[in-house]
Amino acid sequence: MRRNGTLALCYHTLFTAFMLAPILVVCFVAFTPEGYLSFPTDRWSLRWFYAIGRYPEFISAFWRSLLLGALSSAVAVAISVPAALAIARHRFRGREAMTTLFMSPLMIPHVVLGIAFLRFFTEVGLGGTFVGLVLAHIVIVLPFALRLTLASAVGLDRAIEHAAMSLGASEWTVLKRVTLPLVLPGLVSGWALAFINSFDEVTMTVFIAAPGTETLPVRMFLYIQDNIDPLVTSVSACVIAVTVLALVALDRAYGLERLLVGRGADGR
Amino acid sequence: MSIIAQRHDPSGPPGHLPTAWGGKGLAPYLLSLPALLLFAVVVIVPLGMTVLLSFHDWGQYKGIEPVFILKNWREVLTDSYYLEMFWRTFRIALFVTVLTALFGAPEAYILNRMKSPWRGIFLLVILGPLLISVVARTLGWALLFGGNSGLVNKALTSMGLISAPLPFMFTETGMVVALAHVLMPYMVLAVWAALQRLDPQIENAAVALGAGQFTVLRRIVLPQVMPGILSGAIIVFALAASAFATPAIIGGRRLKVAATLAYDEFLNTLNWPLGAAVAVLLLVALVVIAVGASRLVERRYAQVFG
Repeated sequence: MRRNGTLALCYHTLFTAFMLAPILVVCFVAFTPEGYLSFPTDRWSLRWFYAIGRYPEFISAFWRSLLLGALSSAVAVAISVPAALAIARHRFRGREAMTTLFMSPLMIPHVVLGIAFLRFFTEVGLGGTFVGLVLAHIVIVLPFALRLTLASAVGLDRAIEHAAMSLGASEWTVLKRVTLPLVLPGLVSGWALAFINSFDEVTMTVFIAAPGTETLPVRMFLYIQDNIDPLVTSVSACVIAVTVLALVALDRAYGLERLLVGRGADGR
Repeated sequence: MSIIAQRHDPSGPPGHLPTAWGGKGLAPYLLSLPALLLFAVVVIVPLGMTVLLSFHDWGQYKGIEPVFILKNWREVLTDSYYLEMFWRTFRIALFVTVLTALFGAPEAYILNRMKSPWRGIFLLVILGPLLISVVARTLGWALLFGGNSGLVNKALTSMGLISAPLPFMFTETGMVVALAHVLMPYMVLAVWAALQRLDPQIENAAVALGAGQFTVLRRIVLPQVMPGILSGAIIVFALAASAFATPAIIGGRRLKVAATLAYDEFLNTLNWPLGAAVAVLLLVALVVIAVGASRLVERRYAQVFG
């Protein structure tokens, strides 16, 4: 394969700058020593990071987002494992329709889902509750969990299970000692991808979160709607830092390309 | 446990030991039951309720009245305010789609030609923002645009591209730029996936046969990655037309798109039936556009990749 020319590399540099500019700006402004939005020029300050401590609604929203993401991703993985085994190993009536249904939260605009959840939860008495948030988040992260569990279930060599059975292992032992350990990397990555998506979700959640059950992105969004000040940039910088750490870890563990495209090109 | 009872199912494939987790009959339904139940109750029922809601009546003092009328639909489909809003939504989505295709496709091609480890690093840099909070990314654009003294305007003026600062905040231009940034990774990803299926030997063959750089790009590469660009375009268009956080932050309270208008109807005006009509119309329009476009792409390229 031929190399990129100078022109291509210039273009690539500009493109990368475009992609990174807004993210870097947020991180820079977060270190401003001033009381207004500005770039730190001569000195850097952590005052706006300390200031987060004085806003308990951001802190509690952060813990709520963390718990919500962890819980809904865990349930999503737990129910997508048997579904993935069913889809990967069986040919049954309604298999295609079922897969489409499980993947549908990716196609349905989140604003429509938010409205539907708001209407439904209000009717059944779950409006503005944490239980409602968890149910809604399980639904929207399930496609991500299912995609990765499905990938590892499809890639599973059945002969290994058959070998274990012919050596006298029971169904349960095979599942516990052979099948689950083999699909475990897929489960962990599926959980992580689901977690990131839950942690970042704002469009759907803004409809169903009430004061007291607001997640961090919702809190940030509502704050920005009122006014933009250095405080929200330092909160955003923390969120970006956490996501980047998770991303790098995920890239090391599973390969970002495999995660997003579905297979690796570098053989990772 | 009926799953375990399947163990000695004689209908298993010959020569293999039938396993409970791979048998026939009810097993797949039982395995998918938890997810199926959840989706039936928490997805299908709420969506049905929303469609019904769009036919209900609403009044300032009487609230939602469960009757079956076409008032909301007539309003959404004929009132010039809603027509203009939908037109704006789809116009923005179209511009965003064209921008991402125009700039994302060449970048995917350049990325694909990079060598390890740069390729992996820049793939992470360019696709990574996909997983970073959309609120944080849009906040970045709000800071960059920031009125007349914003960085973008300073840069454009100093490069001599513009003489007076352009308004980005609270304008469609600003929305298009920010949304193009937010959705760019999807386009790069789609084209990248198409490029992985491309055989580099074909390019080499074209060069060996005397084709110039530009001819190779136009006659060899572009036709082969076109399905990737088009499928990326469908995703970007659908996401841009239903985007919420970015238009809400950049567009402010006055410049409404479908998603932000529905939000207003639900959480400020409290006219839920009208908001439901806007949301259902958006969903239907997007499904029609996405399915129609996919059909066209499949038919157009069925011969090439059949």
